[in-house]
Amino acid sequence: MQVSCTTCEGAMSNKPTLHIPHPPARPGDKPDFSYVALSDPGAVDRPEVNTSVRAMAYLSEELIRVMDDDGNAVGPWHPHLDERDLQIGLRHMLLTRLFDAYMVRMQRQGKISFYMQSLGEEAISVAQSMALRPTDMLFPSYRCQGLQVARGRSLVDLMCQCLSNTNDMCKGRQMPVMYHWARGKIFSVTGNLTVQFPQAVGWAMAAAIKGEDNIAVAWIGDGSTAEADFHHALTFAAVYQAPVMLNVVNNQWAISTFQGFAGGERRSFASRGPGYGIASLRVDGNDFLAVHAVTEWAAERARRGHGPCLIEHVTYRAGAHSTSDDPSRYRPRDEYASWPLGDPITRMKQFMQKSGCWSDDQHEKLTAELTQHISESWQDAESYGTMTTGPFLDRSELFEDVYRDMPAHLIEQRDELRRLIGED
Amino acid sequence: MPQMNMIQALNSAMDIMLTRDPSVVVIGEDVGYFGGVFRTTDGLQRKHGEHRVIDAPIAEGGIIGAAIGMGVNGLRPIAEIQFADYIYPGFDQIASQLAKLRYRTGGDFFAPVTVRTPCGGGIRGGQTHSQSPEGLFTHVAGLKVVMPSTPYDAKGLLISAVEDDDPVIFFEPKRLYNGPFDGDHDKPAVPWSTHPGGEVPEDYYSLPIGRAEVVSAGDDLTILCYGTMVHVAQASAARLGVAADIIDIRTLLPLDVATLKQSVEKTGRCLVLHEATRFSGYGAELVATIVEECFYALEAPVRRVCGWDTPYPHAFEWEYFPGQKRVMVAIENLLEEE
Ligand SMILES: Cc1ncc(C[n+]2csc(CCOP(=O)(O)OP(=O)(O)O)c2C)c(N)n1
Ligand SMILES: [Mg+2]
Repeated sequence: MQVSCTTCEGAMSNKPTLHIPHPPARPGDKPDFSYVALSDPGAVDRPEVNTSVRAMAYLSEELIRVMDDDGNAVGPWHPHLDERDLQIGLRHMLLTRLFDAYMVRMQRQGKISFYMQSLGEEAISVAQSMALRPTDMLFPSYRCQGLQVARGRSLVDLMCQCLSNTNDMCKGRQMPVMYHWARGKIFSVTGNLTVQFPQAVGWAMAAAIKGEDNIAVAWIGDGSTAEADFHHALTFAAVYQAPVMLNVVNNQWAISTFQGFAGGERRSFASRGPGYGIASLRVDGNDFLAVHAVTEWAAERARRGHGPCLIEHVTYRAGAHSTSDDPSRYRPRDEYASWPLGDPITRMKQFMQKSGCWSDDQHEKLTAELTQHISESWQDAESYGTMTTGPFLDRSELFEDVYRDMPAHLIEQRDELRRLIGED
Repeated sequence: MPQMNMIQALNSAMDIMLTRDPSVVVIGEDVGYFGGVFRTTDGLQRKHGEHRVIDAPIAEGGIIGAAIGMGVNGLRPIAEIQFADYIYPGFDQIASQLAKLRYRTGGDFFAPVTVRTPCGGGIRGGQTHSQSPEGLFTHVAGLKVVMPSTPYDAKGLLISAVEDDDPVIFFEPKRLYNGPFDGDHDKPAVPWSTHPGGEVPEDYYSLPIGRAEVVSAGDDLTILCYGTMVHVAQASAARLGVAADIIDIRTLLPLDVATLKQSVEKTGRCLVLHEATRFSGYGAELVATIVEECFYALEAPVRRVCGWDTPYPHAFEWEYFPGQKRVMVAIENLLEEE
């Protein structure tokens, strides 16, 4: 029997063949980002926040950009931030980057068991956090440390979590970077991909039920859109018009598989939104100003009761997936140098210098100040203990918080452990 | 005889089955070009092609569901779930579909799917890279469940799993990938080349699903265990100088009751070990089986040493792991009990 497949794009024969997505470049190849659909800076419309999904569906295939290659801010999405905000934004991005680099070194030295950096993606977390209200609830992925930094979390707290020490907010129970911050309204990072997406929708539904105007904001990676929870989140968000902002950070890679394996070969990730009835924007994730503007727009839309928004941030994972990963096995070593949207910090700096509110001298001073702040924080953090040197957490912590009140069988097990290690 | 670690042995099993049987395919996250995050499928895509060793989207439910469809359409898929901790998005497809397809269609449809997944702790993976969820799967009628403890067993059992027309959930204790870890994390790691289980024939061989193995023989007591705990049991018994029948269950379902029974009838004392949490764990099934089958031969209650009934912690990984100390205390107590 012959099965014809006239609808398959590019099918040469009249038989179906299994299409295997291929990234444009593998180790040793010349990097090629011609597949990334770009719009000119300033070229994309900025609709009113109450625009119908249908009327703005085309935006999901555009790329909202504000900074051009020469460091000018152009077009209707220019957020016109004041100097102070720009400087804070740059500071948070730089701090996030330096913090990441430091923690990677600590992992290499065996001080922490594992680490995940957000190199190249700092603009997303930082600009978004700054464009939101402190009362908005954040549901991060494991690559959103910029949210913590921008909301003012102390580095010592973050470091103590990575050290699983006596000052660890997770009480030693979680791998590094699985932070949370109840007071700062940042939800718990988990290793299970995409689970936070429908949870954020539920949080937003609750806000609507309670009549509050706080919104929920969640982040996942491109690869994570393949999980069923992505579908759950978009469906619930659309059905209930929940005040939620769902972010897909398309950094082109999901460990070793490029974004084509999550279905990004023919349509953008943002373009999935309109199919569910959700307003969607696609933004240059390495453009601080564009990310900020888009976030403000989506937050206002949600807060004013016009419904949820899906945002695709187009960026590049400049570092390894984690400290357990070696990307030179699956992509060209120098790929980042060819990334068409540049580096978020370099670009922000260029823009600020051009607009006269930043200098090389200031940048150098800031770098030195932040570097010192980080190493001082580390010393502070180590004083609460490390994996190998005390003070140590009480081993009974192992049995706490499984339930609110410890049931009898856990009390028994806790006492057994105490006897075993001679603490009783 | 060639030496292999468990990763190489599993790789060899898949390579052989891909070569022998054109219907065999491998599918999973990062398994293709990259060769898997633990390198278990390294080189297989290059050798067998990208239509047979297939990178998958990050969707465990999709991977299992697609594997079922492939199985129904004549293929013999080996699906990899990157960590057992991430199998839950695929649980519905496994428990409600894969396990029950043959039954509900009166035998007209079946899907010969093998699901491989690394399990167990000891790599500082915290609660999302350390779990041992085998008990959730042995509680589902229609699944076979396997967990090897050596490279030799891993290869022979994986080949059997792939050849089996019934679905097999194949757990790989990741702490055993590179060596026979005995629970002593302070000791330098020992490679598989120091262990007889690291001698693995290059060629095809299979080991029967449904057969336990007595890995050491003794009259003092019986220790029932599988996966990493086999090595912990051996080290513990050796340190105490106790003569134990140590039985590697190997295939949790179907369970080799006869071998267990024979041993406990001889020793009269039985200790059950697993790394998974204790409450409603697979050990409860073992204890019940021993009590039902050997009640009159028992000289003491059957005891369990298991993971505590908490999530797997990060900092207190070794306080959590049921290591030699706990096993030795349990052995000593059991031998004293009247
Ligand atoms: C449910 C689940 N499946 C698999 C994994 C293993 N895993 C961890 S990160 C990752 C890749 C995620 O890629 P992406 O969503 O693009 O995020 P990125 O790492 O690029 O930020 C995978 C497969 C997991 N953590 N959870
Ligand atoms: Mg990604």
